[in-house]
Amino acid sequence: MNMVVCVKQVIDPEAPPTSFRIDLGTDKVAQLPGVSLVLDPYAEYAVEAALRIKDAQGGKITAIALGTNLLRDVVKKPLAMGVDELILLEDEAFEGGDSWSTAYALAMAIKKIGAHDIIFCGREASDWNAGQVGSGIAEILGLPSITLARKIDIANGKATVKRGTDVGYEVVEVSLPTLITVSNEIGEPRYPTIKGIMAAKKKDPVIWKPADIGVNPSQIGFSGRRIKMHRLFQPVREVNCEIIEGETPEEAGVNLALKLREAGIL
Amino acid sequence: MAEYKGVMIYSEDTEGKLAAITTELLGCGRALADDLAQELSAVVVGSGISGLAQQTITYGADNVYIIDDPLFKDYRTDSYVSVMEKVVKQVMPQILLMGQTSVGRDLAPRLAFRLNTAATMGCVELAIDPGSKLMIQTKPVYGGNAQAIFSCASFPQIATVRPKAMSPLEPDTSRKGEVIPIEAGLDPSTIRTKVLEKVKEEVEGIKLEDAEVVIGGGRGIGSAEGFKQLEELAKMLKGAVGATRPPCDEGWVPAGAQIGQTGKIVAPDLYIAVALSGSCQHMSGCSGSKTLIAINKDPEANILREAHFSVVGDWKKVLPAFTNKIKELLS
Repeated sequence: MNMVVCVKQVIDPEAPPTSFRIDLGTDKVAQLPGVSLVLDPYAEYAVEAALRIKDAQGGKITAIALGTNLLRDVVKKPLAMGVDELILLEDEAFEGGDSWSTAYALAMAIKKIGAHDIIFCGREASDWNAGQVGSGIAEILGLPSITLARKIDIANGKATVKRGTDVGYEVVEVSLPTLITVSNEIGEPRYPTIKGIMAAKKKDPVIWKPADIGVNPSQIGFSGRRIKMHRLFQPVREVNCEIIEGETPEEAGVNLALKLREAGIL
Repeated sequence: MAEYKGVMIYSEDTEGKLAAITTELLGCGRALADDLAQELSAVVVGSGISGLAQQTITYGADNVYIIDDPLFKDYRTDSYVSVMEKVVKQVMPQILLMGQTSVGRDLAPRLAFRLNTAATMGCVELAIDPGSKLMIQTKPVYGGNAQAIFSCASFPQIATVRPKAMSPLEPDTSRKGEVIPIEAGLDPSTIRTKVLEKVKEEVEGIKLEDAEVVIGGGRGIGSAEGFKQLEELAKMLKGAVGATRPPCDEGWVPAGAQIGQTGKIVAPDLYIAVALSGSCQHMSGCSGSKTLIAINKDPEANILREAHFSVVGDWKKVLPAFTNKIKELLS
């Protein structure tokens, strides 16, 4: 089983909202001290999905990340978790892309990797919350795709996927090769072991530039965008929170109920 | 060469009736179409769904394209993308809107790539730029920490719209429109996935998205038993129970109870947030609530910056007293 997992480095989405700022004028998210870069959580679920298949029936997993200034401690996490190879599409030309240019570059890199049975992506990335790159890669490569996977079973050259829907889930079957986007219901990603972390430290990622995957810089990154961003801003929320007090927590609970009645909410 | 013209919305239904999101799309699509002085059309794809055509007209469409074929009994990416590709190439709308639903999330990106255009996912505001006449698309990003405004110069401009972000029109059964059937003309062997089973996981009682009162619980609730207390309060207020992601991941509540960026979007009259910190990804799913109340022991929790009323204290002590007092007041 040959598997490819697309991962991404993002600003820690678990950081408190108060530490989130946009740099005025640049329309970019400010890198405030104390807020770290991490592997995108949805990408971690995708890595976990691939590792479970590898645990059950063996195989090889290649992770790909795209961007600039990729911190090795961050992008090597899939290796530490048990992935076999890491490829970085690391070049200024890949920077500033949208779903289109990103999916295109990743698809061309996957083509270069060669034979694969399953390509995994997270259901969406925690920065742009678009959820398009997986479907885009599948379309460019002419593969079937199943999105929002909660559970994946592989047998007899087929994937049976529990896909989340608005009212519950559906079970979808597809022959390999296929692309699958993974949702958090798949279950907690494993922690890297000390052995895994040591092995990842020693392993150098393969770095591919645009020419290595046969793409013209005009098709990727900022130049390859189809969507123009006009503005990035933080909506102002103006709420005056009234703290309801009490001698004891119980009394505060009672006062809250009384307050709601008084305010005509109940 | 023909010109791209008009606004089109992709229709979804729930048990034979237009889905709420579809009436919202029709309301928003109507405004965009009027602004452009162009027509609003709807596309209905499915099996045995001809009854929906008139409903889309009642809610604002000028005409409806209908593809009614047993092949479309289940949503399958290959068949739906192919048929929508055919419809778009035939009708050539300038704008195509879909719901940010499990169908729209799957269909919109793949269709956009197929048609060599681009989609913007999960928009909360759409407008026509007076100068360029392009659609200005606003969507939350960074899990709701920020919003971004986009436009796309390739046609059709595709956007998915978040549930509850737009208002439907008042239904008008006297509205007339043309119903135009389209042949699917699809080779079944090109459909590579098969739906083996469809399972509903709705929580009993009032649907979370429709509830006027929602009690949301976070990681701090600590257990499935804890959520029983929230259910008791919900029952009393004729509301529903929702949760942030951790309780769903822990299995204390079903995955369908998740409210937030990747879960359900709720906009009740009253949202009572219990033992949840108020991460952006969660708030993004409940920020439309009219009154927000927080019970949290952490005075620094983000939820206290967004709530109208709050109690700083341990929910295990505050909530039973609150629930009892409400029981007394309501009786």
